[in-house]
Amino acid sequence: MPEPLVFNIQRFSTHDGDGVRTTVFFKGCPLRCAWCHNPESQLRETELLLYAHKCTGCGRCASVCPQGANSISGGRAGVDRTKCIACGACAELCPNGAREIAGRAIAVRELVRELLKDRILYEQSGGGVTLSGGEPMWAAPEEYLVTLLRALQHEGISVYIDTCGFVDRQVLARVLPYTDVFLYDIKAADEQTHRKWTGAPPERILENLVFLNRNGARFDLRLPLMDGANAAEEDILRVLAFLKREGIRPRKIHLLPYHDTGAGKYAALGRPYAASALRAPSGAVLEHFRKLFLAEGYGPVTIGG
Amino acid sequence: MMNTDTSFNLNSPERLARDADRGSTPRIKRLRRISHETQPHIDLERAQIETDVYRRFEGSVSIPVLRALVLKEYFSRKTLYLGEDELLVGEKGRDPQCSPTFPELCCHTLEDMRVMNARKLVSFAVTDEDLRLQEREIIPYWENRAVREHILRAMTPEWKSYYEAGMFTEFMEQRGPGHTAGGGGFYRKGFREYQKEIDEALSSLDYLNDPEAWDKEQELRAMSICCDAVCILGERYRNLALERARTCPDPVRREELKAIAENCAVVPAHKPETYWQALQMYWFVHLGVTSELNPWDAFTPGRLDQHLFPFYERDTQNGTLDDERALELLECLWVKLFNSPAPVKVGVTLKESGTYVDFANINTGGVREDGADGVNAVSYLILDCMEEMRQNQPNSNVQISRKTPERFLKRACEIARQGWGQPTFYNTDELIDELLSAGKTLKDARNSGCSGCVETGAWGTEAYILTGYLNIPKCLQMALFDGWDPLLNRQIGPHTGNAEDFASYDELYQAFLIQLRHAVDVKMRGNLVIEKIYMEQMPAPFLSVVTEDCIERGRDYNAGGARYNTSYIQGVGIGTATDCLAAIKYNVFEQKRFSMAEMLSAVRDNFEGHDMLLHIVRNRTPKYGNDDDYADAIMQDVFEAYRSCVDGRKNLRGGEYHIDMLPTTCHVYFGDVMIASPNGRLAHKPLSEGISPEKGADTRGPAAVIRSCAKMDHSATGGTLLNQKFTPAAVAGEKGLSSLAALVRTYFTMGGHHIQFNIIDRQTLLDAQKHPEEYRDLIVRVAGYSDYFRNLDERLQNEIIERTEQSFG
Repeated sequence: MPEPLVFNIQRFSTHDGDGVRTTVFFKGCPLRCAWCHNPESQLRETELLLYAHKCTGCGRCASVCPQGANSISGGRAGVDRTKCIACGACAELCPNGAREIAGRAIAVRELVRELLKDRILYEQSGGGVTLSGGEPMWAAPEEYLVTLLRALQHEGISVYIDTCGFVDRQVLARVLPYTDVFLYDIKAADEQTHRKWTGAPPERILENLVFLNRNGARFDLRLPLMDGANAAEEDILRVLAFLKREGIRPRKIHLLPYHDTGAGKYAALGRPYAASALRAPSGAVLEHFRKLFLAEGYGPVTIGG
Repeated sequence: MMNTDTSFNLNSPERLARDADRGSTPRIKRLRRISHETQPHIDLERAQIETDVYRRFEGSVSIPVLRALVLKEYFSRKTLYLGEDELLVGEKGRDPQCSPTFPELCCHTLEDMRVMNARKLVSFAVTDEDLRLQEREIIPYWENRAVREHILRAMTPEWKSYYEAGMFTEFMEQRGPGHTAGGGGFYRKGFREYQKEIDEALSSLDYLNDPEAWDKEQELRAMSICCDAVCILGERYRNLALERARTCPDPVRREELKAIAENCAVVPAHKPETYWQALQMYWFVHLGVTSELNPWDAFTPGRLDQHLFPFYERDTQNGTLDDERALELLECLWVKLFNSPAPVKVGVTLKESGTYVDFANINTGGVREDGADGVNAVSYLILDCMEEMRQNQPNSNVQISRKTPERFLKRACEIARQGWGQPTFYNTDELIDELLSAGKTLKDARNSGCSGCVETGAWGTEAYILTGYLNIPKCLQMALFDGWDPLLNRQIGPHTGNAEDFASYDELYQAFLIQLRHAVDVKMRGNLVIEKIYMEQMPAPFLSVVTEDCIERGRDYNAGGARYNTSYIQGVGIGTATDCLAAIKYNVFEQKRFSMAEMLSAVRDNFEGHDMLLHIVRNRTPKYGNDDDYADAIMQDVFEAYRSCVDGRKNLRGGEYHIDMLPTTCHVYFGDVMIASPNGRLAHKPLSEGISPEKGADTRGPAAVIRSCAKMDHSATGGTLLNQKFTPAAVAGEKGLSSLAALVRTYFTMGGHHIQFNIIDRQTLLDAQKHPEEYRDLIVRVAGYSDYFRNLDERLQNEIIERTEQSFG
């Protein structure tokens, strides 16, 4: 079975669903949200992160690189990403932690073993496992996901899937019975806005949500909000109108004020950062939005995750 | 994600400023302020009276009787203190913050006294008059005859080398044996009743057939004199309160003074009848135990909620007590305990335990004697009290059993996350396992608790005596250098071979085992002599009265009179030792990344010029604390090796040796006496503390830490200490509280003994380090206790700052 890449397994995670959970971050996402906090989650391939400020210019990375991709100039290391194959030789050696590899293939059996370690903690806290990413239903092959989910269900462990919704209906239908709760992101209901800030149209996402709603899935809605992108009142009203029109009843709604985490990781990946002009909405605005949802009978609505 | 909840963060200077004003009533605010603002000071009154008694009676009475006469004379002649506002009466010395001295154990030189007066941390004021007294009266009599000097004279040169090299410490060179902790006896029996029992024991002595009959007679007579001593103190306080009442112009206070007099007419001579008297009874017993000798752990009231509950129930039902008053009286006890700093310490003993805290460790919750849940109304009042008073002393903590209600656990977590280090959490079910496996009855095990930092004892029935810390990583260092100590620059240990010639990890490990066993043997040989010195020269007849079976057996607490008699050697640095062994096994013998010779030259050079090697051992090597079976299996080996060196050896008191895994502040001292270690720890830096991972080694969060730690067999110890630090943000809100509670339950379900939390952000600590004056009340969890951050030395402050800050993600 082909193995997906995972870029982090976070134990004792308290912000990705109920109780204390272990969150698996799969690498690969079909969307390109401008505010993405984890740009290393986007590509379905291993990548080198290079933190220039930690580099002391010792040059070990240049001498070890089998591709000749690394060089030192002006006392700082650089990487020619057209040559780099992210093999990790330099990251293993760098004494300053300036180089890291994101993404490691992991077999289902090994992953399950890791996830079972905190079984008692899940039981004590009402937690479990959350599959996140990236987009787990895009990053991981269908059979892999189903095998993983069945194994966890067999052990009686709750599984949540954190999804952007931009996935094949067929995959969604297969995982639905094994998923206790979907943490479902809605970035915008409006075509233009959605396309502008995520690089993709919203239809499939909205349709998949309708599908989940009709087919007995449990789901929380999560609205990441950034001032200047998708956090005008009309953006919220459009989402509300969609929910009402389709009769969608989430368990909970989370309004997530996203803030600028800086360009650090983007620079480390050698990519441009497009969200520096965006800011988190103010507390008053968020409270106003919360009341809009409550007034339409949706709840509970929480601010922050 | 944005976090809006900041209610938990009580560490800002503004919030701390409020600390000057703590206490649930104006009375407590006043009492607490005086207690906190007074500089601890030396009090030589006890030493003077003791010297006088020794001059008069030594040689003409038996040693137990001589010791009892010292207490009786002290309680008959000492200056009494009855402060304005006080509801509980009695001080160890002349007034609050007094530290009486014990020249029979440690006779301070004038230089010692000047140092304790001048040192920046943990200083005790010494006046010129004190110096004069010490020079003219105390030193001439006690010089060369204090226990400390007996001990040092009796130790072998090898013991002295090991002591000097920081291979181990010695608990009894300045303080009496302990962990002393009160059971429930004296809430049901007064000292006149105890005296009757003593008389009965005396009358049944068999002088014809029992070769110990005369010894027993002397011990029992001493116990009886001690009962008189504490009754005299009670009587003197009764008279003083009546006298004050006669002249008191304020009618409210006058009634209080009369009530105090009434209390003192009942206790300590007779059993307490009310909640208030029960607290006063405990306090008199505390004064007796801590004035007789200066045993470790301040004779904690232990399971205070269990002892007080019957009185609380009766008084609230008959309408003589309400929760407000019950809380105020608890707060009076908190003030009393804070009034009593730990006895003054010098030398290595100060380094291993660098604090004023005298470890009166109150355990709340747990189970009752019949096995039912022990949480009651007083338990919640004690939580309210600890939260309101926010003091490093008493050391107030909770016991969590399977039966403990979630409400109680969460209330405790709510206080713990405020970030001042209390309460810490003990696992009742595991404590009971420990004690049962060490041969206690189920009933005695259920009455147990943790005193000091985390040390388990059957309270009221066991004399469990900690004898010193053992430096496990330094045993490995000895194996790497063939018994040579780089600090003293001489051979002190056995030759175990040139490490460069070791062909396998197993050869190194065997050398380590030899060094470890030898260090334990050296310590053990010394211990047995020291035990003997205390058995013969320093009986504790008062403590023996209140420790079960001493009267029946006619034997002293220090001579095996208690129902159970256990000794401990506490292992320090298992995290560091594990990571060092892992670094060598993995890199030298398996991956062959570098040779043993390269490793040895790197540690000799403090890793200077060896940055690749340092990188590999720090960042590319399996480490304990990450739920990594490779490293954790080595931890299990080291643990088992240490346990098997100590466990089950006989002490002189008819009991056995066991191990504890805790450091107080000794991990800092033990690190200071070592060069760099193979895990990348630099020279003189602290070792890992308790069973916590080496700082910075655990990178996979708290869930991985507790899993690693739970791989140790906690029930085979007498206590283990795990410190987890969280930033305030990580435990915010209802979710943070639930997560913290779940972490405690999970660790305890897996068999963990103890967990404590430092919840504080790095920035706060850095700022507090720069501006100690703005953070006068900032308390942090150091090891098994909390202390004022401003009182810690810079290395310890740095260590706390550097401890891995775990994030809840």
